Amino acid sequence: MSVLLNKDSRVLVQGFTGSEGTFHATQMIEYGTNVIGGVTPRKGGSRHLDRPVFDMVAEAVEKTKADTSIIFVPPAFAADSIMEAAAAGIKLIVCISEGIPVNDMILVKRYLSDKDCRLIGPNCPGIITPGEAKVGIMPAFIHQKGKIGVVSRSGTLTYEAVDQLTKTGLGQTTAIGIGGDPIIGTTMLDAIKLFMADPATEGIVMIGEIGGGMEAEAAYWIKEHGTKPVVGFIAGRTAPIGRTMGHAGAIIGGKADTADAKIEILTHCNIAVVDSPATIGEKMKSLL
Amino acid sequence: MNLHEYQSKELLKKNGVDVAEGIVANTVEEAVAAAKVMQERTKRNEVIVKAQIHAGGRGKGGGIKLAHNLDEVKEKAGAILGMQLITPQTSAAGKKVNKVFIQEDAYYDGPSKIKEFYISILLNRNTSKNIIMYSTEGGMEIELIAEKTPHLIFTEEVDPFLGLQDYQCRTIAFNLKVEGVAYGNMLKFLKGLYKTYIDIDAALVEINPVLNTTDDRILAVDAKVRLDDNALFRHPDLLAMRDLTEEDPTDVEAGNNKLNYVKLDGNVGCMVNGAGLAMATMDIIQLAGGEPANFLDVGGTANAERIEKAFQIILKDPNVKAILVNIFGGIVRCDRVAQGIVDAYKSIGNIPVPIIVRLQGTNAVEAKQLIEASGLKVHSAIQLQEAADLVTMLVK
Repeated sequence: MSVLLNKDSRVLVQGFTGSEGTFHATQMIEYGTNVIGGVTPRKGGSRHLDRPVFDMVAEAVEKTKADTSIIFVPPAFAADSIMEAAAAGIKLIVCISEGIPVNDMILVKRYLSDKDCRLIGPNCPGIITPGEAKVGIMPAFIHQKGKIGVVSRSGTLTYEAVDQLTKTGLGQTTAIGIGGDPIIGTTMLDAIKLFMADPATEGIVMIGEIGGGMEAEAAYWIKEHGTKPVVGFIAGRTAPIGRTMGHAGAIIGGKADTADAKIEILTHCNIAVVDSPATIGEKMKSLL
Repeated sequence: MNLHEYQSKELLKKNGVDVAEGIVANTVEEAVAAAKVMQERTKRNEVIVKAQIHAGGRGKGGGIKLAHNLDEVKEKAGAILGMQLITPQTSAAGKKVNKVFIQEDAYYDGPSKIKEFYISILLNRNTSKNIIMYSTEGGMEIELIAEKTPHLIFTEEVDPFLGLQDYQCRTIAFNLKVEGVAYGNMLKFLKGLYKTYIDIDAALVEINPVLNTTDDRILAVDAKVRLDDNALFRHPDLLAMRDLTEEDPTDVEAGNNKLNYVKLDGNVGCMVNGAGLAMATMDIIQLAGGEPANFLDVGGTANAERIEKAFQIILKDPNVKAILVNIFGGIVRCDRVAQGIVDAYKSIGNIPVPIIVRLQGTNAVEAKQLIEASGLKVHSAIQLQEAADLVTMLVK
């Protein structure tokens, strides 16, 4: 079992023929993901990576029954691409693009609020269900099919956790990078709920960072409803106040934004918080 | 990107927001000339001399002074221009003042009672919507209001599809207890404020205080605007307002090279790919007994040239006693980073501090071979814990 993504997912690549889209679509196909084609406006009718290219997402959905899409579109146009995918009936939209204006994302989020679809990202590494499908830009070889669900706001820090889980033999059911922007589709709590409900997932790793209230929201829910061990790490204990630390969403405004405040809440909610990201795997192993 | 008060007020005025008027000046002579114009316009002698820097709390540091006549303008502008202004929001060294804003004194005598409010517009991350945050307790920092009288802070959330509605403006005006002519002025003020916020893709518009003058104008005495950096591509006019003298030169240089750099006060420099891992690496340095000297994310497409630039930037800081390079290869290939390190070493000549290189992920094995074959004196690690232990060893 897994969450959101499996070997039957029919994946469309938006921004298919661009350099990013081409590179990562190739990697996804090599991993065994069922990439059924792509969309690049005004290149419809051609073929790329031995798959059909469409002008519009709606057309691609109609002809290929795609249910998942991954977006490699420059930030100025990415919000539009998310809405196009949602309008066409795509159920899982993964947006990799970094640098989308906040006001664009406010509109996207509002638009998606009454649509039957889920957005992951933007500004994220994507999602992978090891052994089945990869819809993202993560290095596939560090993953291993297993029993831990991983959710994280950071790309490379997710890889770090995944690598350790693989080396300790625990593996992953699904790993989701939810993204580092202030406005993202799937929240930490959304992902935690999915993993708690997934019978194959025996433990959950949640990786947060400074800024926003997403970790606290998830933690309070876990305290009330959690049924599986959760290991947590919050990056940015040494981050200064008021500076954006790479991710647009990683900024300490008020006290609740700090790593220390979040760590306190997580600990209070019975989440096993590790001091160093180097010990995430070990900690999880000790809890199972 | 932050704007100066005088720039923010220009933008607000364009959208019909009434502001405490003024003229920006770069020299004492310009300040006196500006004061003359303001005196004629307002028919009053008093003007306020306000330092223009990107930090709040300017009054506390002596950056805002009332001048009763032109002699005092000369004296006060002379004292403020060129000073290192230290406020609760600047570093201990303060910020150099290059410009002053010669502003009308809006606290003149008249029939109505003066009132000060707080109004800001910003994103509520929990609901993914913009909110108007406001309070009757203007003139005080919002953090202080939140601490002392949290029940006097109100919010109004805006539906992004509808925009700010009239009933919401009325709600705000009633909660602020604005009456008479000022009531209508407040509605206009709020509409203009929201329009400005949306038009310029702001991340924050904060007016503190909003003044109900003695003749019932509603005006922005101060104005703080922060723009969404991600949206600057569609605002070349706003980008042209960027004041590089307000920013740390090293930060600017890093930005020009597509490096995300924030200087800190520690002794161990770091170079990492990915913002989350970069923050975590800083935390690891501290756990290992060092203190991080910087945050530096080389990004997902780091090449040799960018790695070299990153080294140069880290080495500008004389406090740096060791450098930890921590790369988990995803999009960025470890062998490319390794080549960058080797090239940088050769190009810079002699890097005077020990370097710990931890490369893991895509092509990590090739990367390790590349570094070992180069004959460079670097401490190499593959596991994160090994790298942390090396930091401990080197800082002791």
